[in-house]
Amino acid sequence: MKTVTKDTGPIMTDPVISYKTPRFKAKKWIYHILTGGFALIMLYPIIWLLMSSFKESSQVFITAHSLIPKPFIWSNYAAGWEGIAGQSFGVFIKNSLVIVGLSTIGAVASSALIAYGFARIQFKWKAFWFACMMVTMMLPHEIIMIPQYIIFAKLGWLNSIKPIVIPQYFGHAFFIFLMVQFIRNIPLELDEAARIDGCGRFSIFYRIILPLITPALATAGIFSFYWKWEDLINPVLYLNSPEKYPVSLALKLFLDSETASNWGAMFAMSVVSLLPVVLIFFLFQKYIVEGISTSGLK
Amino acid sequence: MKKRLASENLAGYAFISPFIIGFMAFTIIPMAVSLYLSFTSYDLFSTPVWVGLDNFKEMFTGDEKFWQSLKVTFTYVFAGVPLRLIFALIVAMLLNKASRAVGLYRTLFYLPSIIGGSVAVAIMWRNIFGNEGTLNALLFFFGIDKKILWYQDPTKALWTLIFLAIWQFGSSMLIFLAGLKNIPPSYHEAANVDGANRFQVFFKITLPLLSPIIFFNLVMQTISAFMTFTPAYIITKGEGGPLDGTLLYSLYIFQKAFNFFQMGYASAMAWVLLVIVGILTLILFKTSKFWVHYESKED
Repeated sequence: MKTVTKDTGPIMTDPVISYKTPRFKAKKWIYHILTGGFALIMLYPIIWLLMSSFKESSQVFITAHSLIPKPFIWSNYAAGWEGIAGQSFGVFIKNSLVIVGLSTIGAVASSALIAYGFARIQFKWKAFWFACMMVTMMLPHEIIMIPQYIIFAKLGWLNSIKPIVIPQYFGHAFFIFLMVQFIRNIPLELDEAARIDGCGRFSIFYRIILPLITPALATAGIFSFYWKWEDLINPVLYLNSPEKYPVSLALKLFLDSETASNWGAMFAMSVVSLLPVVLIFFLFQKYIVEGISTSGLK
Repeated sequence: MKKRLASENLAGYAFISPFIIGFMAFTIIPMAVSLYLSFTSYDLFSTPVWVGLDNFKEMFTGDEKFWQSLKVTFTYVFAGVPLRLIFALIVAMLLNKASRAVGLYRTLFYLPSIIGGSVAVAIMWRNIFGNEGTLNALLFFFGIDKKILWYQDPTKALWTLIFLAIWQFGSSMLIFLAGLKNIPPSYHEAANVDGANRFQVFFKITLPLLSPIIFFNLVMQTISAFMTFTPAYIITKGEGGPLDGTLLYSLYIFQKAFNFFQMGYASAMAWVLLVIVGILTLILFKTSKFWVHYESKED
């Protein structure tokens, strides 16, 4: 690829500066100080949120310039976990997990089926349906939000998770697109060989294609998790009783009843709500980076 | 032969049937309902009353808040999206080198865009820019004894939302980084041999080769920026204040539909949004031939 020897790291693109000279070293230091410093500024708000969750509520804004909690306390987490509106925070987390789990299973499974159809089968009007799918990616959510609400209200689905979960079982355009790209890179010979061995359409999909696109399935699963975990507008629209609230809406409750005495608890539960997101990010970074780089998922 | 084709059709439609059903039930039918409602007055409880173009007339001639929300949204989109892309490009250029630390930096810069859409981050942002918040505390700590009252001033309040959008430049950065890695090093080497300086290399080689990716990001992010809801809903507690300074368009639609139950009017607003986004996308595509460079595949 580039003219680098394997054992040394840096690439010498600039012929004047050679490795190990003082000028090269100085440049390297300046680079790391600038980039690392900028990264720290970017992350400062998150670090501040985390450290504030260990401060006493009365101290949060008096010592807002400082990152070090004095005294360092855990009680915000206990107070926050007691929850709000008569519900423990554990209830909100359970609700979120149910919504996210059911949505993600539906979105990934249905998208894989649809993607296989688009990628491998030649049927009439295929280009038309594919175009329809691409258009849904660009459609403003507002345009369907109101009629959907009315339809779900008429169906008697309000104050249940049905309006949030069920639409996920009909494929998600971004995921379909991602998986179609993936399936197209699998050699057709594999399908042919399976067909000769007597496999039908569905078993080719299930036994051959599905195992080979697990990276795409993982990427779709992770993004579905993220989007549903942080989703606020659908829970705001469809859920009215606090015992059904997911984490995002519970945090909104904390904010609505914001008083000087519960800042610590609100910050602590904000941190708790970010934990799964950050954890998954560090565990599955490879899939996330790949997903974004190949399809522009956000 | 004919029979084979028929079975292919059947199999194809069987596999994509979830999409077709969902597309009809959750896109086409709602859109038709929305279009109909936009010509009605409807409060969700009584039957819709046909009012012709009244909603649109009211919007364009009688509703100052509508124009305010348009102004706010356009400022948000046209400041936020380009600034975010510029940041993404600069940082991607910084990280496009072989160093063991690059992986770590990439992770750190990307982290904000992974958590950025959440309620927790919106709460955090609200408290950073608050009167007694971190930013003012830090300014005071560094000897600047003048509080910036971010949420008392409509323009400043809107800029806190724009900052939040820029802060999440990580995903665009990743896409740019992937694009930069795809540029063959021989191009840069050839330019160096010809005596081109860094700026010439950037503007004559890197930027044109990256332009399709920049274009794709510009289109998708412009569309999604028009739909921003959570930060406005949390940071200003759903009111869009002060003085409607952060009344993003989608927040105003939400208020009209679900606070005032003017479903007809809100539907009409949604259609106006669709037309605006459509026109902007069209303009972007039309101008793309002047600046987006598509390489012919022949290597």
